[in-house]
Formats: sequence, C-alpha cells, structure tokens
Amino acid sequence: MAFGEFLQGAAKQVVTGGKAYKAWVALLVVMIGIGLVGYSRQWNQGLLATNMRDQVTWAFYIGNFTFLVGVAAAAVLLVVPAYVYHWKPIKEVVVLGELLAISALIMCMMFILVDMGRPDRLTHIMPGPGSPNWPQSMLSWDAMVLNLYLILNLVVVLHILYRAYRGKEYAKLFVVPLVLFSIPAAVGIHTVTAFLYAGMAARPYWNAGILAPKFIASAFCSGPAVMIILFQVLRKTTAIEIKDEAIWKVAELMAYAMFFNLFLLGAEIFKEYYSRTEHLLYTQYLWQGIGNNRALVPFAWFSLFCSVMATIIFVVPAGRRNWVTLNIGAVLIFAGVYIEKGMGLVIPGMTPDTLGEIYEYRPSAVEWMVAIGVFGVGALVFTTLVNVAVPIMTGTLRAKGAPVTPLGAEAGH
Amino acid sequence: MSHRNRLPVIQDAPGEAVGAGTSRRDFLRNAAAGAVLAAVAGCKPEAVVEELQRRHLSELSPERLQSMLGKLEKKWSAKYGKEVTVSAKGPMPGVNFAYGLDLSRCIGCRRCVYACVKENNQSRKNPQIQWIRVLQMDKEHGVALQHATPYYDPEKVPEAGHFYMPVQCQQCRHPPCTKVCPVKATWKEPDGIVVIDYDWCIGCRCCTAACPYGARKFNWAEPNLPAAEMNPVTDYLGNRPRPMGVVEKCTFCLQRTRSGRYPACVEICPVGARKFGNLLDPESEIRQVMDRKRVFVFKEELATEPQFYFFYAT
Repeated sequence: MAFGEFLQGAAKQVVTGGKAYKAWVALLVVMIGIGLVGYSRQWNQGLLATNMRDQVTWAFYIGNFTFLVGVAAAAVLLVVPAYVYHWKPIKEVVVLGELLAISALIMCMMFILVDMGRPDRLTHIMPGPGSPNWPQSMLSWDAMVLNLYLILNLVVVLHILYRAYRGKEYAKLFVVPLVLFSIPAAVGIHTVTAFLYAGMAARPYWNAGILAPKFIASAFCSGPAVMIILFQVLRKTTAIEIKDEAIWKVAELMAYAMFFNLFLLGAEIFKEYYSRTEHLLYTQYLWQGIGNNRALVPFAWFSLFCSVMATIIFVVPAGRRNWVTLNIGAVLIFAGVYIEKGMGLVIPGMTPDTLGEIYEYRPSAVEWMVAIGVFGVGALVFTTLVNVAVPIMTGTLRAKGAPVTPLGAEAGH
Repeated sequence: MSHRNRLPVIQDAPGEAVGAGTSRRDFLRNAAAGAVLAAVAGCKPEAVVEELQRRHLSELSPERLQSMLGKLEKKWSAKYGKEVTVSAKGPMPGVNFAYGLDLSRCIGCRRCVYACVKENNQSRKNPQIQWIRVLQMDKEHGVALQHATPYYDPEKVPEAGHFYMPVQCQQCRHPPCTKVCPVKATWKEPDGIVVIDYDWCIGCRCCTAACPYGARKFNWAEPNLPAAEMNPVTDYLGNRPRPMGVVEKCTFCLQRTRSGRYPACVEICPVGARKFGNLLDPESEIRQVMDRKRVFVFKEELATEPQFYFFYAT
C-alpha cells in the first residue's frame, strides 16, 4: 500500500542522521530517562513527591502546560498569512510551525497526565466510557479542543507531506478549509485554557476578563520565538530554504504581540495597585513578596526585564534584522513568557490561599525530573518529525518514481 | 444539576454481591483492553478490567451498585479486620440540611476537627487530612483572612484579643466546585449535601482550585488509616476509606445525618457553638437560629449561597 510505503520511508528517515543528530537524540533519550525515574517515584509515593499541597494545588506542571498551550496556539501566526494571503516566503515553513504545534500539544497532554492524581481513570473524561461534564467544566472543553487541534494539525501535515512524498501538490479543497478552521481552533485552545483560570471567582488573581487576551498576546510572543531560532538552525544544517523575509515577517508580527502583551500587563498592574483592594495581595506576592515570602520576586522582575528588552529589540526594525540581536531577543522573550505564563500565573493565583494562608511553593526534585522528561519527549517528537519532513519538503525523500519537485516550488501563487 | 435524582437509591445496607449484568462481548472487549493496560502499568489485570467496566454512578443499575458495595465491604472488612458496612443511603425526601455556627461561643479548641477525623476516616499523617480548619482571628480586625491563622498553639484557648472561625465545606447552593469537575465526579444532592464519588474522581484538583473556602482536600499519598482507628460504619459517598489521588471533603456526616443523627462536630462541641438541622422543618434547630438570630454567610460576594450560616448569639 502506498501509505504504508510512506510510513516505511518515514521510519527509515527517523534513524537517518549525522553525528550531531545522533548526539542530540541521545541527549533527549537521557532526559526522558530522567523523567521516567522521577515519574516512577511519583507513581509510587503519590503526588506527595511533588511540593504541591492543598494550599498550592496546581503548580509547576500546570504552569508548563499553560505555557505550552501558547506555543501550540502560535502555529496559527504562521498559518494565517501563509494560507489566507498566499504569502509565499512563509508558506514553505508552515509545515514546521504545525510540527511544533503537534509536539507542544503532546507535551501539554503529558503535563496534564503527570499532574493527575488518577491517570488510570483517564477514560472518565472521554465521551462513551466516561462522563465529560459538558458544557459546564472548562477542563472537559479543554481536553476536547486540545485533541481536536492535535488531530487537525496531524491531518494537515500528514496530507501535505504524503502528497509531496508522492511528488504531488496538496489537495487545496481538502487543506484550505481545514487550515481555515485551525485558526479559530488555535485561538480556541488558548481561550478555553484561559477560561479555566478566569472562571474561578475564588481566585481573584485569575478572575479577570483580561486573562484570555493576555494569553493570546503572550502566545504570539513565545511560539514564534522558537520558530525563529529553528528556521536559522534548519537552513544551516539542511537543504531547506527559508528566506530572510520570512523570518523578519515573523519577527515583525512578534513585535506587535510583545508590545500589546506589555500593555496588558501594565493595565493589570495599574488596576491592582491603584484600587488597592484586598485582591492586591496576589499581585503583591509576585512583585514584592509578602513579608519574608519572596520566592517569586526575583523571577517576576527577571521576566519583566526579559520582556522589556526583547520588545525594544523587536520593535526597532534594525534590531530584528540583525541576526545577533534577533536571536538574543528571541531567547529573552521565550524566557520572559515562560516565567510569566508558567509560575508567574499559577502560583500567585494560589498564594495566599483562599483562607489567607501563605505556603511558599518551589518545585521538588521529582517535579524537575518529570518536567525534564516531558520536554525531552516533546523535543524528540519534534526532532524526528522535522528530520522526516525536511527531506520530503526539499525533494530528497521521495517515493520511487515520483517527480522530484520541492514543496512550494509549484506555480500557482 | 443533581444527577443523584437519577441514581439508584438503596435503603438498606447491601448484602452479598449480586451478579453484575455485563454481556459477554463487553467482558471480552474490556478484558482485552485491560490486559494491554495491565501489561503497560504492571498491575493486576482483574483490577484494571473492573476499573474499565465501571461507569458513572448515575448509570449503574441498583444491582450493579449493590454488588459494588458488597465487594467494597468484603475488601475493607478483610483489610481492617472488622465488619465494615458501606451503605448508599441517598437523600431523604423533604429534607434540606443547613448548619449554623455561633462565632461568639466558639473557643477554638479544635475538638470538632479531631472528632471529624475520627468519624470520617481521614488519613492521620503523611498526608494529614482535616476537613475542618479553625482560623484564629484578631478581634481588632474582625473576619479578615489577612490576619487569620490556623496554626495557633497556646496552652489554653480562647486567647485574649482573638476569636475563632471554623471553616469547612459550606455546601453551597451554587457550588463552584461541581461546576468545574470535568467528569461529574462531584455533585449537589437534593438534601443540600455536595458529595464526591471517590472512585470516579480523576484527581485533577479543579474543584480544589475553584472552592473559595479551602474545603476540598487531596489525598497526596496513600491515606494512612490505622485499622484500630477505622470507623466501620460508612457510606459510599461519605466516610468510607478513600484511595490515593482523589479529593475529599466534609459531607455533613451524611452517613449519620441521613439516619437522623447529628454530625460528629455538632455532637462533640463542648460549648454548643454548632447547630444543625432541616431547613424545611420549622421546628428544627437551624430554623430556630435563623428566626431568632441574625445570620451571615462567608464570602457572600461570591454568590455561592452557602447552606452554612455564621451568627453571633450573644
């Protein structure tokens, strides 16, 4: 069967690579091993092996999950101009954006899974064997939209790559509607994730209308930052051609998003400090600490420093066109958003807790190990997918007898 | 929202296991899936198959529920070395429970906390789980959580300058916790009690995050319940032993109150600060309190409308 042959070809490609590729994969395998050791400890002891407690009931895992939903959603940033406006320079790399989304989604689901007290009861959330609490529960919606978005990206990417493998252009009538649908779906996954927090009146720090827009804005900062660095690596190490303009266009879109993200942050901080109600406490815990409880303070300011520096670099056109400053900016904004959307969002929401108690949370060794493992899996998935996709896109990996034309080289746009 | 309306209600303590009507095909399908899962997870296949065959409580036939309860009784009787009963009594018609707590009487002795632990089979240590949290407050600040602490430990209570506010599940009329549960493992019953099916909970802790009263406690590890201290008179949705990785909380001692008894915390309170009864009965203690005293609810701005009232009797 033709598709079987495609899978065989892909599988062969997965294990094909130079020394650097193999060393990288070996490193990821070690990371996954560390994760397995950590998770087996958690499996035996229960979540007591983490530093989460009833006061801070969600923490590092859920923070990583939230951040990665943003990375996954950001694929849309590349999809919109590529498919809707037929903007050629970006189109060639949309597949890579979708592969990143797929890897990010897999990590998202793993972070949810490791955070669950009873992962063995996963079926309870599925329609059929389980009893999903629709339409009330935001988490049951989140599970649905994340899976939908994953399937959507998988189908589009598989279709495009498979057709290219056979030497054909993708079927427009099939791909374009799906891609158009993936735009609201991407906004959807992040909005639903924001609603998961924003809907909780018990947690004033989260219970704000600004949360969903802020999630979207920061997602458009962190996701593309990964892409920018990846594009440069790929065009150096593979035959794939990515034009400078494509990278600069992404950087320009990021500049708007970063500025808007900082604006929303400022609006929130003004409201909290000027009105100075009892709800100020949570914001205060993040930025100033409460008494001797200052665990998050250095991270909060470091995150702000990163975001402001990155915004300055990206907003100035010369800054985002210089490769050195561009890469520094990409790393800075990634770090800034990682803190802001991870620990900076989850922990102050629960500190002080609903009865006023302050429990200072710091991740335990097991939590670090498990997180390293999950990132290892995500990176391994992404690496192998890219390793298969790139030669197909450049035309070096082809079915026997298929015409060798690189993806995107066809006339028509 | 009360799924319990559709639940099979069993009035008597269940006896021996009755055959659970599963078709052969169902069994084979589940067995195959179970074997795969067990191979992956390295657990006993029977346990996994049982887990997979399980459906939401509202979908279980009375026979199936009874057989499930019978199995639990057998399992726990063997484990704790005493005759354990597990009822699933269900709400009584014409009853809507409410609670009253007299802040001017409470002396902060925490006897309610420990009576609750004993009655409701909470984990004693690692993790220590308590459904009632007594907050010590400053008189000069009133009910202000910024100035509250549950960690007071003087020689004698009450201490000058302080008053005490015990907090437990407020059995809200609009419970934020049941709304967020992704699997309908927790719901409000017609008699006002918010319950959890500990065998359906997936341990995501959305409810813990959503509860404004810190009432929901998670089993961070395998509960530690010494056999000698285990209370063998249990209800499936109340005080029966809980597994690791699920959420639990105060149920107004439904295993007692649905049989006409007082909750353990009401019974133990040495100063009579705790009142309990049926809101629909004009003669009940709680109605007497509400008629004669002025009551308030905790965090009324969140519109959760608790069935737990605070008042100052003197």
